[in-house]
Amino acid sequence: MSASQKITYREAARQALHEALTQDERVFLMGEEVGRYGGTYAVSKGFYEEFGPDRIRDTPLSELGFVGAGVGAALGGMRPVVEVMTVNFSLLALDQIVNAAALMRHMSGGQFNVPLVIRMATGAGRQLAAQHSHSLEGWYAHIAGIKVLAPATIEDARGMLRPALEDPDPVLIFEHALLYNMQGELPADFSGVDIRHAAVRRTGKDVTLITYGGMLWKALGAAEQLAKDGIECEVIDLRVLRPLDDATIMDSVRRTHRVVIVDEGWRTGSLSAEVTARIVEQAFYDLDAPVARVCSEEVPMPYPKHLEDAALPQPEKIITAVKGLLGKTND
Amino acid sequence: MSRSRKQPARDALSQHAPELLLALLKDMVRIRRFEERCAELYGETKIRGFLHLYIGEEAVAAGAIRALSPDDAIVATYREHGHALVRGVSADAIMAEMFGKRSGCSRGRGGSMHLFDADTRFYGGNAIVGGGLPIAVGLALADKLQKRNRVTVCFFGEGAMAEGAFHESINLAALWKLPVLFCCENNLYAMGTALARSESQTELTVKAASYDVGTASADGMDVVAVLEATVAALERVRSTQAPFFLEYKTYRFRAHSMFDPELYRDKAEVEEWKKRGPIHNFSARLKAQGLLTEEAFLDIDREAHEEVERAVAFAEAAEWETPEECFADVCTPETTG
Repeated sequence: MSASQKITYREAARQALHEALTQDERVFLMGEEVGRYGGTYAVSKGFYEEFGPDRIRDTPLSELGFVGAGVGAALGGMRPVVEVMTVNFSLLALDQIVNAAALMRHMSGGQFNVPLVIRMATGAGRQLAAQHSHSLEGWYAHIAGIKVLAPATIEDARGMLRPALEDPDPVLIFEHALLYNMQGELPADFSGVDIRHAAVRRTGKDVTLITYGGMLWKALGAAEQLAKDGIECEVIDLRVLRPLDDATIMDSVRRTHRVVIVDEGWRTGSLSAEVTARIVEQAFYDLDAPVARVCSEEVPMPYPKHLEDAALPQPEKIITAVKGLLGKTND
Repeated sequence: MSRSRKQPARDALSQHAPELLLALLKDMVRIRRFEERCAELYGETKIRGFLHLYIGEEAVAAGAIRALSPDDAIVATYREHGHALVRGVSADAIMAEMFGKRSGCSRGRGGSMHLFDADTRFYGGNAIVGGGLPIAVGLALADKLQKRNRVTVCFFGEGAMAEGAFHESINLAALWKLPVLFCCENNLYAMGTALARSESQTELTVKAASYDVGTASADGMDVVAVLEATVAALERVRSTQAPFFLEYKTYRFRAHSMFDPELYRDKAEVEEWKKRGPIHNFSARLKAQGLLTEEAFLDIDREAHEEVERAVAFAEAAEWETPEECFADVCTPETTG
């Protein structure tokens, strides 16, 4: 890369896949509509023509079958990238993701690791209603034996696939559907990212906002607003939902003493609950206020725009939560 | 190419080398003695968890696996002791696994239901009914993409044919022309549910044929019929580079697991099937052909006993994995942060 590029998140994901397919013969892409259709989100547009039907493999509507085939192909020496159209459909493949991919290495006494990457879209915001809008990545973060990534930026969309493919164990990548059209700069000197650490996306001394994925941008928007009122938020992008980077979280909490977690998942039994518990376990005496959470309302996602908006975390809710921690009201 | 019809014993056996026939007998006896000992050890609480015995079905594993090449892959179920043993996983490693010891073929972590062995390409030991089938499809896909000429053989019970995983897997294998041999061990009961109570179509080859794959059915109580049917099926898979569905009609003499009171089938039915016991019928045929003496049978039996007793001693003496080792080994070590 010679000059910095202004590209979309979609293009970043596309470049990452293109690079992987070009550099490693073992890599192939498999899923619904990845080939002739060009990808549900147009991430793999043109790949079918360039790499052919063996490596850009259209599948039947058969999530359990083709995710399991990805597990087997990984065991057989390939480096499959399996695309599941949305996390909601991945429930049809849950057995293969959990009982096979995640457990196989340990259960086999370390003999059979599964170097499989599964990409899926997640998140709400497009009025797709109850069965296409939920954020279930927190569920997957519960499972021992897999890594769970949530690229929120252009750099992560471009960079996370490579280390995911280099990982000898299963890695799930969740791409928030609202981010595909987001534009951003990919620096000229971009040299990749790690899949070990959370990132501080904004520094601040008053409150730590902990979030990931599509909610990063709402948290940053809220932080911008709050700055106008003289409240400086630190914004942490978890990036890696499993294993969690406790050190980055605690380091920030120990400096700001106040935390708001912003999670598009439902509140009960969620990733936000896990992060809260860790803060209480590891940094309880550094807190000046209880940990606050802004999550989705616990309702099946409704279709009308005003109800969908009301069900999701929004910058205003984040602002209210932050001010609540500081003993200020929204006026 | 159905092999299920009874042929005169003389004809069927005389086509095979005596050494091969004796090896088949020996494998069935090894499985039987191994599992009888496992049942005892279960009573002694040396083996815990679930223990699913294959007794009665030995002809299937012994005959089918004999037909494979060393670099073919096997994906099996939770009733897989016999498959692992015949495939060449040592009795020591299997028994140590049953004991939960570190020298077990899965470091003792899996027990009876999760036997794995990389050296013999034995991919479990899958205890989710139908769970192994998509994996078999993927292994065959990897072979096809890497232009390797090997077959993945997937064992499953007839109960798995009610699972979506069966239908998705055989469809993918047929659609993509993948070298998978689908081996259905039809022992007539999915745990305690009879075939007619779980399938609208009880002719399993008819069910499978709807995916445009070749099918055959074999007498799973006759080890030579199993061998011949599997050889033919594998030849077909290798030559067409397409999947094939092979049903072995067999029967489980023991309960589903050690907790099963067998309320769902008549004792008379079990006794009727026992008359077709794969070991004594085959021994009798070999004797009638002059290929086996009682003395030679007793030698085979004694050797099997000795192999099992050595395995028990090995398992007894073996060490346990520590919690520290076990818990730290979930992900591949280089990448855990």
